[in-house]
Amino acid sequence: MHGEERKPLRNAVILIVGMLLVWELAYLVVGNVALRSPWQTIAFLGKLMQTDIFWIHLRDTLEAFGVALAIAVVLGLLIGFGLGLHRLSGDAMEPILVALYSIPKITLYPIILLFFGIGLSAKIAFGAIHGIIPVALFTLSAVRTIKPILIKTGHVMKLSPPVMVRSILFPAAVPGIFTGIRVGFSLTLIGTVLGEMFAAQHGLGYLLMNGISLYNVDLIMSVTFLLVVFAATVNTILLAIDRRLHRGV
Amino acid sequence: MSRLRLYQLAVVAAFVALLEVLCLSGVIDKVTMPPPHIIVRDFAKLLWAGEYFGEIGKSLANVLAAFALAFVIGTVTGVILHGYKTARDILDPLFATYYAIPVFAFYPLFIVMFGLGDGPQLLIGFLLGVVAVIVTMLNGLDRVPLVLKKTARINRLGPLQTALRVTLPFCAPYLLTAAKLALAYAFIGVIGSEFIMARSGMGYEIGYAYTNFDNATMYPLILLILLLSIVVNGLLSRWENLLLSRRGLK
Repeated sequence: MHGEERKPLRNAVILIVGMLLVWELAYLVVGNVALRSPWQTIAFLGKLMQTDIFWIHLRDTLEAFGVALAIAVVLGLLIGFGLGLHRLSGDAMEPILVALYSIPKITLYPIILLFFGIGLSAKIAFGAIHGIIPVALFTLSAVRTIKPILIKTGHVMKLSPPVMVRSILFPAAVPGIFTGIRVGFSLTLIGTVLGEMFAAQHGLGYLLMNGISLYNVDLIMSVTFLLVVFAATVNTILLAIDRRLHRGV
Repeated sequence: MSRLRLYQLAVVAAFVALLEVLCLSGVIDKVTMPPPHIIVRDFAKLLWAGEYFGEIGKSLANVLAAFALAFVIGTVTGVILHGYKTARDILDPLFATYYAIPVFAFYPLFIVMFGLGDGPQLLIGFLLGVVAVIVTMLNGLDRVPLVLKKTARINRLGPLQTALRVTLPFCAPYLLTAAKLALAYAFIGVIGSEFIMARSGMGYEIGYAYTNFDNATMYPLILLILLLSIVVNGLLSRWENLLLSRRGLK
């Protein structure tokens, strides 16, 4: 039993060490022209973190990402609950949402730029449109699969719609909603960074593109590394909470 | 036409009508967005002139190549990985976190490594899709009934024969799901990469039109990409549902 519990930890260690080894090997094969070793990347990231300009870019990205995520979650929940509570609307809108989910949203970015102008609001809007749909879709299906007996109990107690949502629907749908937020988190981050890569003057995405024009491999690799580590760490934590929530049902 | 279809049509029509009214009344000015009927007219003109067929063809060829790579390599990896439980356990956290990682962030790195050409675009499209294929394949292979595997063993089929004649046919609906995902991701990867930085392709042309305030080209091209991805995805989903319902899975 004890050994079984330790297995995930051991696997994670093997995985991380394995990936670092592959990275190091790739570096040895490709060489200094286009790659840096893991150690060099981390060292450069450390140096980068001592500059003020880095923190300005980081804060810019985090600010846009935070607002975008908040918008995505609030709007996604509203859409998901609205459609989940009305059978016909839900049935009709779900395929439309799925279709919107699968389109390459990056092509919509010029339109968003035309509407919002280059700057923070465009980045936020672009991040948010990546996150809204998954949150809405997961909420929709979570609300729909709530056991009918819970809803009937609510009706019997003559709960008003707001009380119904607050005390029955929301708690019952929390595991599904959380999955939606987890997926929404990743996609909003991707959207925000993508937006910065195409047109922005600040942010980590801008730093990445700047790295190409300056042919600064150190900069590209350390920013990419930072983004990957951040996304993977947060997702691993969210995934652990997610699994616990689903087990509790 | 069912009530549902009518409802959906009404939603889309209402959205387009709303845009039309907003554009014509000047709430959305002309520089930001032309009214929908003008976009449709420009769309027809653009297709009629055939000016961008080369770019469209090039993008679609890259999408197909990235799709094929992701699908074939993903399927083969899935089949092999299914036989090694430890390797699978180790890779499982990677698969679970994979789609949280902004793969596009690797694009600058790939450009530095391979140069600004088709290579980095293909690689992004491939990387986005391949894990979805592997995970879907593993999921399908997990569901192959024991009795089928035993039958294969009784008939003394080798590993390759078993895969070709028993497990893969059983996994057909999953293969289709995997293909659908790989295609959608290849599309997003290639068009997205062209958009960020490239020398040609549909995504590049959209970015180029944007910098030149050329709405008469930009909006029709965006419309074309949206229509392509929605139609292809819709057709594959319909086929997928057909296969699933035949198996009684839906």
